[in-house]
Amino acid sequence: MTDLKTGPRAQARPEADHGPRPADPPHRRRATWPTRLTPWAYLSAALVLLVAFTYIPVANMISYSFTDWDGVSPDRDFVGVDNYVELFTRPDLFHVFFVSLFYLAAAAVQIVVALYFATVLTFKTRFRNLFKGLLFFPYLINGVAVAFVFLYFFKEGGTLDTVLAIVGLHPDRLWLGDPDMVNISLSGVSVWRFLGLNFVLFLGAMQSIPAELHEAAEIDGATRWQVFRGIIAPSIRPIIGLSVILAISGSLSVFEIPFIMTRGFGESKTFVIQTVKLAFDFNKMGLASAMAVVLLAIILLITWVQRRLVPDERAEKA
Amino acid sequence: MRRRALAAVLLSAALLAAGCSGSSDPGAADDSALSPADPAKVSGEITVLTNRTDQVTDGTMQKYADLFNKDYPHVKVKFEGVTDYEGEVKIRMNTDKYGDVLLIPNSVVTADYPKFFASLGGAADLDAKYTAAGTGKGKVGDKVYGLAGFSFINGFVYNKDVWTAAGVTTWPTTPAEFLTGLQAIKDKTGATPYYTNYKDGWPLSSWSSVLGSATCDAKANDKLPTGNPWAPGSDLNTGDTLLYDIVKNKLSESDPTTTNWEDSKGLLATGKIATMWLGSWSLAQMQDAAKKAGKNPESIGYMPFPAQVGGKFCSVVAPDYQSAVNIHSPNKAAARAWIDWILEKSDTAAVNQAVSALKGAPLPSALKPFTDAGVQFIDLSQADSAKVSQIDNLSEVGISKPEYRQHLIDVARGAGKGDLNTIFADLAKKWSEAAKNLG
Repeated sequence: MTDLKTGPRAQARPEADHGPRPADPPHRRRATWPTRLTPWAYLSAALVLLVAFTYIPVANMISYSFTDWDGVSPDRDFVGVDNYVELFTRPDLFHVFFVSLFYLAAAAVQIVVALYFATVLTFKTRFRNLFKGLLFFPYLINGVAVAFVFLYFFKEGGTLDTVLAIVGLHPDRLWLGDPDMVNISLSGVSVWRFLGLNFVLFLGAMQSIPAELHEAAEIDGATRWQVFRGIIAPSIRPIIGLSVILAISGSLSVFEIPFIMTRGFGESKTFVIQTVKLAFDFNKMGLASAMAVVLLAIILLITWVQRRLVPDERAEKA
Repeated sequence: MRRRALAAVLLSAALLAAGCSGSSDPGAADDSALSPADPAKVSGEITVLTNRTDQVTDGTMQKYADLFNKDYPHVKVKFEGVTDYEGEVKIRMNTDKYGDVLLIPNSVVTADYPKFFASLGGAADLDAKYTAAGTGKGKVGDKVYGLAGFSFINGFVYNKDVWTAAGVTTWPTTPAEFLTGLQAIKDKTGATPYYTNYKDGWPLSSWSSVLGSATCDAKANDKLPTGNPWAPGSDLNTGDTLLYDIVKNKLSESDPTTTNWEDSKGLLATGKIATMWLGSWSLAQMQDAAKKAGKNPESIGYMPFPAQVGGKFCSVVAPDYQSAVNIHSPNKAAARAWIDWILEKSDTAAVNQAVSALKGAPLPSALKPFTDAGVQFIDLSQADSAKVSQIDNLSEVGISKPEYRQHLIDVARGAGKGDLNTIFADLAKKWSEAAKNLG
C-alpha cells in the first residue's frame, strides 16, 4: 500500500524544455535578470508538467465537487456545499473506513517484517543478494498481474488450499467468500506486494550507517538486538517516519488490489472503490469529487500531525 | 514566504484554468441526420466507434464497409474499436470528437440525447419502419435520437445432456419446478446446477432482464417509477427470489467469489455447469466453447424464465446498444446512411442471433425452439426509461448493476446479515425515497 509511484515524483518528469529560455545571456554587464531567470528556465519544464497534470486536475476536481455534474452531460449546475452536506450526513459513506483498519494493521506488520529482514541482511548472511532479490521481486510485478495470481491462489481448492492440505491442514474456509476473512486475505496480498519496497528503503538507509559504528559495537560485545536498538533504529528514523506516513495514507486509499480481485463485493469495499462506484456507476461525479477532496484533506491532516509529532531531524544533524 | 506566494499563484492559475474549461455550446446549425434520398450524392469520411474490437481486427467490419461502398460509393468508412467502450466513450463525449457514428453509452441520460446526437427523424415516421424495441429507448419528445439495431431476449442457457441425465426434458413452468430440476441435477449428476458468475459481476446484472418475463407485462418498465419494483408478484421479486432460493439451497457454485466468466463457458459446454441466466447473445459463444471442447454445439439449449401467464411463456425482447450520429459530425448524411445500411441491408442481426429492429424481419435460428414452443415475445415499453435510470442513479440501488444481487447472494449463502424480505424492504425504501425526491 505504500506505493511510491503515485507520489509527486512520477508526475514531474522533465522530458522537454517547454519554457522560454534566455537565448544568450549578455556578457558585458552582470545582468541581474537573466541570471535570476536561469534557474526558472531549468525548472519550467518540470513546473509546466506539474501544473498541467497535478494542480489543474486537482483544481478541476475541487470545482466539480461544488456541482451536480453527472460526468457526461455538457451542463452542470453549481450546488454549493450540497455534496459535502450529503457526504457528512450519510454515515454509510464513512463506514467503509473500517476496512482501512485491516490494511493499517497489515501495514504495521509489513514495516516490522521489512525492518527484520533489512536488519538481518545488513549483517553478513549467506545468499544475501539472492534473498534481497527474492524480497524485492514482488514489488516489480504489475498490480493487475498480482491480483490475478492471487485470485487463483485463494480459489477454493487453489494454491493456498493445496499447500495447506500437504501439511495436513483443511481449514475449509473461503478465503475471499468469507466476510470475516476477505479483508485479511486482501491485506495479506498487499503486504506481500509492498514488503519489498519498505525493505529496500530500510536496507538502503541501514547501509549508509558507517561501518565503524558496527565495528565498535562488535568490539564492545553488543548483541544484535542492542545494535538494532542503539545504532540502526536511531539512524534510520526519518525513513521509518516516511514509511509510517505512506502506510497510513496508503491504507486509507487502498484501491488496486481489492478493486481487481473483488470489485468491492462483500465487506471488501474501500473508500476509493466506493468513490469510483459513485462517480462511474451512479453518475454522481459531484459527490464523488467531494469524497476525493475529503480523502485528500484527511491525508494532508494526518501528514501534518505526524510531522508535528515527529519533526524532521535534518536541522540538528547539520 | 516567497515559496508560499508562488504556490498561491500556481494554485490560483490552476483554478482559473479549471474554471475556463467549462461547457461549450453545441453547434445549433444543423442538428438532424435524416436518411439521404440519393445514395450517389452522399459523400464524406465517417468514423464508426464500435465495441466489437474483434470484428475490427478480423476484417468483418471492413467487409461490411466494402459492401456499403457498392451502394454509397463516395463515403469512406473508418472504424475504431474501443475495448472499454462504456468507460472510454463516456469520457470522450466531453469533447466534440466521439466519431460520426457511435453506440450510445448506457450512462448517458436520455434527456441529454439532443445535446450529443443528431435527430434521426420523427418518432411517427420511424415507428412505421422499426419495432418498439428499436426506437423506444432513443425517443426524446417526438424525435428519435438512437436506433437499437438489434435486440436480445433473456433466458437460461443450459446443457441439454445434463438436464436430460437428471430426468428433466421439458421446460419447468414455475420457479418451484425449476428448483426441483436443479436439485435433481445436483443429486443425479456431478454438475453444478447453476453458476452465478458472482465475481465478474456483470452476468448477474442480466437478472434485471427478468423484467416483463414473469408477469408477461409489456408495461413492466413503465411501472417502476411509481410502484415498488420488489412488491410480491412483481417481476424483480420473482426473479430475485428464484436467484436467492438457488443459492440458499446450495444449487450454485460453492465459492462464488472466485468465479471466472471465460472458464464458465467451457464448463457449461462440457457439462460441469448445467445452467446460467444470460441474454441470447451468449448462445453463439457457448456453441463456440462446445466446439472448442470437442462437444456437440447442439447440446447447448435455451429456455425461457420459468413462469407462465395463460399457459404461455413470455420472453422480453430487450434492445442492445443504440446507434446514433454525433451532433458535431460534419458528414451527418453519410453517417445516417451507414446506420440505415447496417440495420436494413447487412446480416449483422442474423450473425449475432439477434432480433432485428426492422418490422417483419425473421427471427434468428437460435430462437426456433422458442417459436416452436409458442413463447410470446414482448417488446418492453421504454416510455419511462429515462425516469427509471434517474431514480436508479439517485437511489444508488443499481437495478441493472451487479451489486445488490451480489449482496443478495451473500445473504443467501449466509455470508451477510438479514434475509430476503429485509433486502427487498431496504431496496424498496431507497427506491421510493429517490422517486419522491425527483417528484
